[in-house]
Amino acid sequence: MTNVLELRGITKRFPGVLANDKVDITLREGKILALLGENGAGKTTLMNILYGLYKPDEGQIFVRGQEVDIQSPNDAIARGIGMVHQHFMLVPVMTVTENVMLGVEPTKNGVFLDHDKVADRIREISDQYGLEVDPHAYIKDLPVGIQQRVEIIKVLYRQADILILDEPTAVLTPQEVEGLFRILQTLIDKGKSIIFITHKLKEVMNAADDITVLRLGRIVGSIDPKDATPEILASMMVGRDVNLVVMKQPAKPGEDVLKVNDLYVRDERKNMTVNGVSFDVCKGEVLGVAGVQGNGQTELVYALTGLLPVESGEIYLSGTAIHNKSPRTILEHGVAHIPEDRQRHGLILSFPIYDNMMLCTYYEAPFAKGVSLQENVIQNNAETLVKQYDVRTPNIYVNASALSGGNQQKVIVAREFSRPIQLLIASQPTRGLDVGSIEYIHNQIIKKRDEGTGVLLVSSELDEILALSDRIAVMYKGQIMDVLDAKNANKDNLGLLMAGVHPSESTQKEERLP
Amino acid sequence: MTQTATVKATKPKGIGGGTLGQALLVPALAVLSGLIIGAIFILAIGENVLTAYGALFRGSFGSLPALIEGIRVYFSTGENQALVRALYPFTESLVTATPYILTGLSVAVGFRCGLFNIGAEGQFFIGALCSAFVGYSIRGLPAFIHLPLAILGGALGGAVWGMIPGYLKARFGAHEVVNTIMMNWIAFRLSDWLLNGPMQASGFRPVTPNIQPTAELPRFFADPLRFNWGFVLALVMAYIVYWFLFKTTLGFEIRSVGANPDAARYAGMNIVKNFVFVMALAGGLAGMAGSAQVLGVDHWVGQGFAAGYGFDAIALALVGKSHPFGVVLAALLFGFLRSGATEMQSMAGIPIDIISIIQGLVIIFIAAPAIIRWIYRIPTIKTEETVLTRGWGS
Amino acid sequence: MTTTTTTPPVGHVIPISTRKSQTLYGFVLIGVGLLIFLLFGLDTEAGVTTTFGMNLVGSEAVTIPNIIVPSQATVFLMAAVAVFIGAFHLSRGIRSLGVVLGVIALTFIIAFLTWAAQDKSFNLTGMISSSFVRATPIALAALCGVVSERAGVINIGIEGIMLLSAQVAVVAATVTQNLWIGLLMAILAGALIAALHAFLVIRFKVDQIVSGVAINIVGAGTTSFISSRFLERATDTLNNSGTFPIIKIPLLSKIPVLGPTLFENNIIVYLMVFLVIALHLMLFRTPWGLRTRAVGEHPKAADTLGVNVHLVRYINVILGGMIAGIGGAYFTIGSVGRFDEIMTAGKGFIGLAAMIFGKWNPIGAFASSLIFGFADSLQVKLQILRVPIPSEFLLMAPYIVTMIILTGVVGRAIPPAADGQPYEK
Repeated sequence: MTNVLELRGITKRFPGVLANDKVDITLREGKILALLGENGAGKTTLMNILYGLYKPDEGQIFVRGQEVDIQSPNDAIARGIGMVHQHFMLVPVMTVTENVMLGVEPTKNGVFLDHDKVADRIREISDQYGLEVDPHAYIKDLPVGIQQRVEIIKVLYRQADILILDEPTAVLTPQEVEGLFRILQTLIDKGKSIIFITHKLKEVMNAADDITVLRLGRIVGSIDPKDATPEILASMMVGRDVNLVVMKQPAKPGEDVLKVNDLYVRDERKNMTVNGVSFDVCKGEVLGVAGVQGNGQTELVYALTGLLPVESGEIYLSGTAIHNKSPRTILEHGVAHIPEDRQRHGLILSFPIYDNMMLCTYYEAPFAKGVSLQENVIQNNAETLVKQYDVRTPNIYVNASALSGGNQQKVIVAREFSRPIQLLIASQPTRGLDVGSIEYIHNQIIKKRDEGTGVLLVSSELDEILALSDRIAVMYKGQIMDVLDAKNANKDNLGLLMAGVHPSESTQKEERLP
Repeated sequence: MTQTATVKATKPKGIGGGTLGQALLVPALAVLSGLIIGAIFILAIGENVLTAYGALFRGSFGSLPALIEGIRVYFSTGENQALVRALYPFTESLVTATPYILTGLSVAVGFRCGLFNIGAEGQFFIGALCSAFVGYSIRGLPAFIHLPLAILGGALGGAVWGMIPGYLKARFGAHEVVNTIMMNWIAFRLSDWLLNGPMQASGFRPVTPNIQPTAELPRFFADPLRFNWGFVLALVMAYIVYWFLFKTTLGFEIRSVGANPDAARYAGMNIVKNFVFVMALAGGLAGMAGSAQVLGVDHWVGQGFAAGYGFDAIALALVGKSHPFGVVLAALLFGFLRSGATEMQSMAGIPIDIISIIQGLVIIFIAAPAIIRWIYRIPTIKTEETVLTRGWGS
Repeated sequence: MTTTTTTPPVGHVIPISTRKSQTLYGFVLIGVGLLIFLLFGLDTEAGVTTTFGMNLVGSEAVTIPNIIVPSQATVFLMAAVAVFIGAFHLSRGIRSLGVVLGVIALTFIIAFLTWAAQDKSFNLTGMISSSFVRATPIALAALCGVVSERAGVINIGIEGIMLLSAQVAVVAATVTQNLWIGLLMAILAGALIAALHAFLVIRFKVDQIVSGVAINIVGAGTTSFISSRFLERATDTLNNSGTFPIIKIPLLSKIPVLGPTLFENNIIVYLMVFLVIALHLMLFRTPWGLRTRAVGEHPKAADTLGVNVHLVRYINVILGGMIAGIGGAYFTIGSVGRFDEIMTAGKGFIGLAAMIFGKWNPIGAFASSLIFGFADSLQVKLQILRVPIPSEFLLMAPYIVTMIILTGVVGRAIPPAADGQPYEK
């Protein structure tokens, strides 16, 4: 057995950060190597070095025993290395064919693009590896699962035999994940070798032949999947024993705090992305909204918080109609919002922490007297909150951009939780955070629930949904497929619902649908 | 939350996070580089740089010996003509700086809200026309009513001119850069019509009648020194804008919308309202600049009255880092440059347009501090770069 | 699988926004009809005719009869058509918004011209052909915008580039006594300034709008500087080039109306038409076009496939500069043969509006340039007709049209996704 790929002593420094520290990795021919590590451990940096997007400060790369110098993606492609990025590298307004041929375009008469030739080749690859896709479809019209296939086809079109997949399961339903693993097996059977990057413990044990764990830029060790348990992997990944379950008491739900009736919402491009959604959230419970990303969850949250207009339907907050009210009115009714994209929506990165701590309440007493800002009050408030919510920062005067992702999220949580609220809307609250911050945020959410706040948790991480929710609604194509009691929910039945399939179709009546 | 204030030891001082020196370093070097390249232009047309810049300096500050001589003559004989002549260049520079301060503030306020107001020129012109109209058409009012009314008229006219692109931006996402320029051209055509028709003074020249004395901004000295209260008005406005931007909730909103409109919307701020309001404010400031010019200096308006103020204002806001006090410093600098350039044109025969070239270069250098750091080998200081504009704004 | 997928029906409610727009435009149409009646109908004398001239003096085209219509009847007819279609749209709804807007524009313009030229003659062919010529610099500016923005770089300095290359063209042509050298130097000047813009925004990541504005300021400053220092003193030796001759294309130029419009022009107009077609083909059917669009939409995706994002952007911005250079040359050696200060008068910005309205497509940009060309030549013709509207207001027309188009009320366009953003790995 030969090693197709070896990395030796790879070191990469960014200003102030040691992203990779003398990393060694070996990929055996025809095997799947899982590279495991939590967010920020340096996995993606390492793979970007291998793919020629970054240059390492030190270290060597060997492909089939030969040392190679990879300066650009072109070099990597020439060595047979292909990468499927976590965020798909596809141009949405172009067709599958155009995306596949970009960079290596065949031409007719030496001038015009030869679409047919590429389309034929795509069909060949599709047949060979079971990657069905319409070459003439536009990327923007394809579901994420199919988009991922296009990414894999792109790599195979360039005749790669070493495939790197960066967090490929993040956007898939559990069933799609199984489908992906079958595709990976086909690839292995046809002689390809694969590096599979993930932070999810369980899928690693199913799919991988070898597991290498990365922590804070260093290799912690390698382990045979047969010997691995989630607990062992978790402690390797985090460096301490990790509590995999969130400790919580059973919910004591009270009366309705949020009631949504037959809600329709259009997104910014005027497509109807929320199609007749009805549900309610009670005081003191967590309603989880599961679903593959892009099934209307974002627009649902936007409509609830007044950021998108409601096309039709009603939203009531403790009996008060709040549909089509301004964001400010809704905030003032006691709705807190942890936004999906914290850097874009939750913070003003170029403002100091103390300003970010009063972003929604700057115009009210005690922060303002008339139109005059009360700087002392504002800064004292920030000092207090920074201590209370354990925000790690040199002082409250640094800009929010200087904080780590976890601490940025803590600033948002501190700000939102420090005002009187009756409903918390948390959208992907732990995306991209390290395990410590995830635990902290989860505990804070449960604490808020226990204080009697209603919580609407939107997440594409099923583990998170299952860990926190008391009831779970599954969204698919802008509708709620079903609402399950958390006790009856598991990855299998949620996964089917996320794909638009009722697990027990025969017992369900269609009357629920309009 | 309302416990007593504790002493803050680590609070950073100065504009934009760094110390004042650091904040001023790049603009100063940018201006220096602009002057050096301007010198190359002067050399290229075969003139003497020293003569040219010497004339520029004398034209902006006057000369010390002449001043001393003027004072001596005044105290020994009571004859003030020599002193007036010696003071003329310096006061004239301050007169030139007055509209710069106000138009610079206009663009700076826009930048703070993420809006690029290239329309200060049109707003200035409309403001001047409105002020002139109030100034000459109303008779018999006492000065303490007439003058504020004339200033208000100019500010309102400019505000309307700025508000239109602001509304189009807020409501339809139409880019304010193109629209403010279109508003400039519309203002020029409108003024052509007004000055040749409804607002024309008797006679053949396309100019307005002289304003009533009651609408004039009083001058500090007798003719020919034109230094007047407009300068004080500009300084007061700079302070008010500073207070407004940094000490009030409305200013906080504006800066939030400018720094991150998405987060501002999330936090319940009304983007549409802020865009319209800021463009009206920006237009009002530029309009007030027109008022100050017509009420304090010229007393009538003719064609080409506003030439160049819009682009100058952009340079001013950039050099002043969109901070009101920075804008005042930059405006003084440009006032001296511009006023001196007139002298340079007459004494050394260098076309005054050289200043436009220098200003364009200064803008580039300031917008790309990397170039200045690269030329002068300054180590990078980690500060937040202000986002000035974003795409087509949809 | 034992289960079946259920696809929920999408959009079963009648979209409110469409209903709103139907009501709105229906009333707008009726309003336009009434406006036509009130503004023009009441002011048109009965029994008077309007003559639309269809032949151009000095053109080779086959002579065809002029169109003579009764003024009042025509205006009333237009008012009636607008009201009728408005009512129809309100009750039934017309699918295409384009048709509705077209009716608004067409009825209004026909009624307006009939009224303005009552009891007189108005040369329609002359109007169409001058619209086409006046659209040329706007279309070239728009093409410059298309080429660079498709690659993700906003160039708002087109105005400055055109001004500088206009001056370079006339000076080079006068000095060498060769118009072709003038054109070549204009293209070169455009390329150089665009290269500076590209260098600033790509290498130093200067804000693209700021860099463009600076180019406009330097452009205006430098040309005025040179003009007042040199050109004014030596007009004959520096600023008097003559213009490119009209080339009449055999046979084709004999077609009535179309002949004088399309086939009796100078080289710059032909060059513009060629560029429109060539760039459209190149953008959508060649590897260069594919890479350009990818870089403008998703530069990172292009980068991961080995496309050199910065190189593509440099090439496109400079190519755009060359096109703007041709546009600049039009102002001097293509039309009047001398340089005047600030002679571009905002055409660069109007070109940007045409680009946006044309949805960043070469052919679309060209078509919308024609609208501006029309607005521009209309005001000239109307001044000749002595319409009782001050000429200054007619001169505002192109600027107002630009602002209306930018509101996107008439067809919203989506710019390339990475337009205006610097690319960093």
